[in-house]
Amino acid sequence: MTALAALIRRDIKIALRVGGGALIGVLFFLTVTVLMPFAIGPDLALLTRLGPAILWLGALLASLLTLDRLFTADHEDGSLDLIVMGRAPLELACAAKALAHWLAAGVPLIVATPVLGLLLNLDATATSAVALTLLVGTPALTFTGMIGAALAVTLHRGGLLLAVLVLPLSIPVLIFGVAASQAAITGPLSFGTPFSILCALSLVSLVVGPFAAAASLRHGLD
Amino acid sequence: MRLSGRHIDCIRGGRRVFSGLDFDAASGEALAVVGPNGSGKTSLLRLIAGLVIPSGGSVALEGGDAELTLPEQSHYLGHRDALKPALSVHENLAFWRDFLGGAIGDLAQSLAAVGLAHATHLPAAYLSAGQRRRLSIARLLVVRRPVWLLDEPTSALDTAGQDLFVGVMRGHLAGGGIIVTATHAPLGIETRELRMGGGK
Repeated sequence: MTALAALIRRDIKIALRVGGGALIGVLFFLTVTVLMPFAIGPDLALLTRLGPAILWLGALLASLLTLDRLFTADHEDGSLDLIVMGRAPLELACAAKALAHWLAAGVPLIVATPVLGLLLNLDATATSAVALTLLVGTPALTFTGMIGAALAVTLHRGGLLLAVLVLPLSIPVLIFGVAASQAAITGPLSFGTPFSILCALSLVSLVVGPFAAAASLRHGLD
Repeated sequence: MRLSGRHIDCIRGGRRVFSGLDFDAASGEALAVVGPNGSGKTSLLRLIAGLVIPSGGSVALEGGDAELTLPEQSHYLGHRDALKPALSVHENLAFWRDFLGGAIGDLAQSLAAVGLAHATHLPAAYLSAGQRRRLSIARLLVVRRPVWLLDEPTSALDTAGQDLFVGVMRGHLAGGGIIVTATHAPLGIETRELRMGGGK
C-alpha cells in the first residue's frame, strides 16, 4: 500500500508544480467555455440549452489533452521500467496513476464548473446537475483514456493515436453525461436512468482500464 | 544464491540479437558483459530485468526469495536515470524507497554515501549528468536488492565518483550480492567476463 500511496503522492506533486499538467487542463476548459458564448451569440435560452453539452465537451477535451502524458513522461525518463519491475502489481500501479491524474486534473474541472455555469446562463440546479454528472463521469474518461495512453507508449506514437483510440470509448460517457444533465434541467426523462448508466460506465472502466493498460505496458516495453 | 541463464535467444525488432547464450553468476560475483556496440549487452540486462521477453531459453535465480520474481529482486540502473526534474533530490529518492519497498536503508546516509548530502533540497532539474548518476546509485543503496543490473554505470561519473562507486559495488558483493554489468571501461573490481557478439 505504501508503494501505491507513494506513486499517487508523487504524481500529484509533479502535476501541481510548475510545468505539471493540472493547470493546463483547467485553463483549456476555461478557454473553451468562455469562448463558446461569444461564438453562439447572446441568445440566453439557446445558451441554457447548450450549456451542459458545452461543459461536457470542454471537460472531455481537457482531460484528453493531459492524458497522453500519463505514461510517456515516465517512459522517457526510465521510471516506467522500474515501475514495471516493482513489487506492487502493475495493474494497481496503473490504477494509482490514473487516480492521481484524476485528482490532479479531473477534480479541478469539476470545481470550476459552477463558475463556468454562470457564463452559460445555467441556474443552480442545472449547474449542480452538470457538476454531479462530471463527478461520476470523468473517472470513466480517465480510466478509458489510460488504455490509449499505455498503447501510445508501446506503439511509439504520441497524442494523435491517443485521440483516435480513446474518443470512441468516451462517446458513451459523453452521451449519458449530457443526457443526465439535460434530464435534470428540462426533463421529461427521469434523471436517474441516464445517471445510473453513467455510474455503470465509470465502474466498468475502473475495472477494465487498469488491466488493459497493464497488459499493454507489460508486453510492449522493449 | 545463483543467477543463471540457459540457451537464451533474443530477437528485437525482427533482428536476432544473440542466441543460445549461457551465463552464470554466483553470490559475491560480478559478471561484466563486454562486446562491441549493438552486440546485445543492454538487451541482455533488460531481459534479466524482465523488461524484454526472451524468444527462447530462461533466466532463473536460485536461492533467492521464492515468493518474489527475479525482476522484483533486482535493481536496474539503465541509461535513463528515472528522476523527475520537478522533484527535489530528497523527494526523488524517497519516492523510489517507498515505491520499490522491501528492506530499506537510511535515506540521508545513502545520499551522503554518493556525495549528495549538500544538495538534498535542490530540484533534480539543476543536477549535472554526473550528479544525476550519483542519485541513481543512491537508489541502489536505499533499497536492498540482491541482484544489480547495471548498464554503463560509470558513464558521466568523475574519477572521484568512479572510486566511490567501486566501493559501493565492493560492499554489495561482500554482502553476498550479484552484479551483472554492461561496460566498456574496466570497473576496478574483480569481474568475470561474458563476451557478446564478434567472438561467436
